[in-house]
Amino acid sequence: MNIPTLAEMTARGEAPEILFWVGCAGSYDDRYKRVTRAFARILESTGMKFAVLGTEETCTGDPARRAGNDFLFQMQALNVIQTLNGYGVKKIVTACPHCFNVLKNEYPELGGTYEVMHHTQLLQQLISEGRIKMKEGGSFKGQKITYHDSCYLGRANNVYEAPRSVLSALDADLVEMKRCRTTGLCCGAGGGQMFKEPEKGRKDINIERTEEALSTGAKTIAVACPFCMTMMSDGVKNKEKEGEVKVKDLAELVAESQGL
Amino acid sequence: MHVIQQIAFFVTLAIAGYLIRKRALRIISNIRLGKALAIYDRKDERWRNVVLVALGQKKMFKRPVPALLHFLIYAGFLIINLEVMEFIIDGLLGTHRIFAPWLGSFYTMLMNGFEFLAAGVLLACVVFLIRRNLLRVPRFWSAEMASWPRLDANLILTIEIVLMMAVFTMNATDQLLQGHFEHYTSTGRLILSSQLMPIFSGWTPDSLVVVERFAWWFHIIGILGFAVYITWSKHLHIILAFFNTWYARLRPKGQIHNMPAVTNEVKSMLGLSGAQPASGEPGRFGAKDINDLSWNHLLAAYSCTECGRCTSECPANLTGKKLSPRKVMMDVRDRMEQAGVSLEKGGPGLNDGKFLLGDYVTKEEINACTSCNACVEACPVMINPLDIIIELRRYVAMEESGSPASWNSMFQNIETNFAPWKFPAADRFNWAKEDK
Repeated sequence: MNIPTLAEMTARGEAPEILFWVGCAGSYDDRYKRVTRAFARILESTGMKFAVLGTEETCTGDPARRAGNDFLFQMQALNVIQTLNGYGVKKIVTACPHCFNVLKNEYPELGGTYEVMHHTQLLQQLISEGRIKMKEGGSFKGQKITYHDSCYLGRANNVYEAPRSVLSALDADLVEMKRCRTTGLCCGAGGGQMFKEPEKGRKDINIERTEEALSTGAKTIAVACPFCMTMMSDGVKNKEKEGEVKVKDLAELVAESQGL
Repeated sequence: MHVIQQIAFFVTLAIAGYLIRKRALRIISNIRLGKALAIYDRKDERWRNVVLVALGQKKMFKRPVPALLHFLIYAGFLIINLEVMEFIIDGLLGTHRIFAPWLGSFYTMLMNGFEFLAAGVLLACVVFLIRRNLLRVPRFWSAEMASWPRLDANLILTIEIVLMMAVFTMNATDQLLQGHFEHYTSTGRLILSSQLMPIFSGWTPDSLVVVERFAWWFHIIGILGFAVYITWSKHLHIILAFFNTWYARLRPKGQIHNMPAVTNEVKSMLGLSGAQPASGEPGRFGAKDINDLSWNHLLAAYSCTECGRCTSECPANLTGKKLSPRKVMMDVRDRMEQAGVSLEKGGPGLNDGKFLLGDYVTKEEINACTSCNACVEACPVMINPLDIIIELRRYVAMEESGSPASWNSMFQNIETNFAPWKFPAADRFNWAKEDK
């Protein structure tokens, strides 16, 4: 893929419509890199002028802040803000709810104020504007899909409808888990848990959540967060259901429906 | 006789007033152990929360059955307390049902309304006792619900039942006495309590007066005693919920509040403009004890009625980890209480060698939190246990460097590779070169 970096674009004297903030999982995690590429292909197909930071991107500092290390968070954040402000970035989209939350809610206090969107919000917007054209009765017609709310999208930022409206645009048959929206159960990876073993307990949180997702009978578990992706995929593997049940990001589902 | 009763009433009222005032001052100074924080912004939204969440109990209705029963008790108590005004005036002036002649048939309507509400309260309290003790709703039986919290809850429900029964007894005997003594003004027929009148058939008017007076005194002393009791109890939420919803944080739930002291240090380290020379001691980073928390966190702890909705939604608790958001709030309150009692006796207060972190809340508990905000969302009075957990984590990470080893490596990775994992920064853009 030939994805323009913000540095290249700026050198040409151009500015992007939006900056795609890839995030660490989107850059390094093999599974989530596929989501990054799927989302980038969608953006390309719409003709939207976007750029990435490429190797200039760094961690937002989010996991450090959640784990209590505010020094490290602020070191990272102030550096990132310098980069973003240096390029005059106005609008950002990211496929990571954790980056989304930090960029949107926590950077303004440190001098970085941007219009920040989660990729499901941008997908919803592009669909409703007709820039992504949905086929009638597409490949998801009648398919049972359940959606797992990411805490940092849902409760943290009240984004419940965007991912669901993308699913309904796909003509999928959305089956909700009992714990959904405001009472959605965490996948277990938030608050820095992604980077440590869980504390002692009866059960791992992702297993509890995967059981709930599997009980809906859906063959696809849709997620919108790299950590949820890891946790739910691990859960499905643990239940030895990876042959029949797929965990997919909403961007992947949209890309599939577009034949991208 | 009336004069003695008037004096006795005045003394009772004064004792209750004294005890409540003393305790209220103690609670206020306990809350003031927390750090100062000015909360005056966005008043419209704050009043909205008070009206919808505290007065309207909006968040309770996520669980409709207990919400409805709770609403019966809440509405009953709030409205029946109007009658207490009459009690107090009667008690002080030596009158009896002073409003009855003034209000006439409206008084009858009002009293009948109160009786139906009282019946609702009674019914709801009985169902709540059954839910707690016979059906054993799990959130009332988790680890932190030890003997006192369980007894506290059962006492509150029982006292409310007994108080309501006193109202009915009083009204029944009162109606029998009307016509016998001029002092007993006609109330008109009170539908519910008149059903109890046959119990007292054949009693002499004099013994009825004894029962009526006993029930009257029992009810008013009960209410005043209950008012004193709740200042020591989780039941304080009936007052503090209103304050807590006003002072509740309004930022998006995902936002963790910034630490300006850290910003200042980091800015001067990075040579950025805007750093101000440090003024005096920077103080502790994060929270080790309750005086490192803001006063509104401490107010929240007193507002908690231990309903356990937070804990019953906590993913860590649900899967058997030690963390319970309710316990965090109870621990904060217990620590405050302990310090307050010690200070009252001229003791060391918080300087007793104990700390909230370690002696009350353990690292294992705070390390289990996924910061998912389920507890925050669940709380009917807008308490935020997550804020407190983050403050404790900050102390552990920044003052003790005592975070779990894998978090310390994550910190190191961010510092050296600018990613939480050990991947070279140069590989960050490789995703674009790779295949589907």
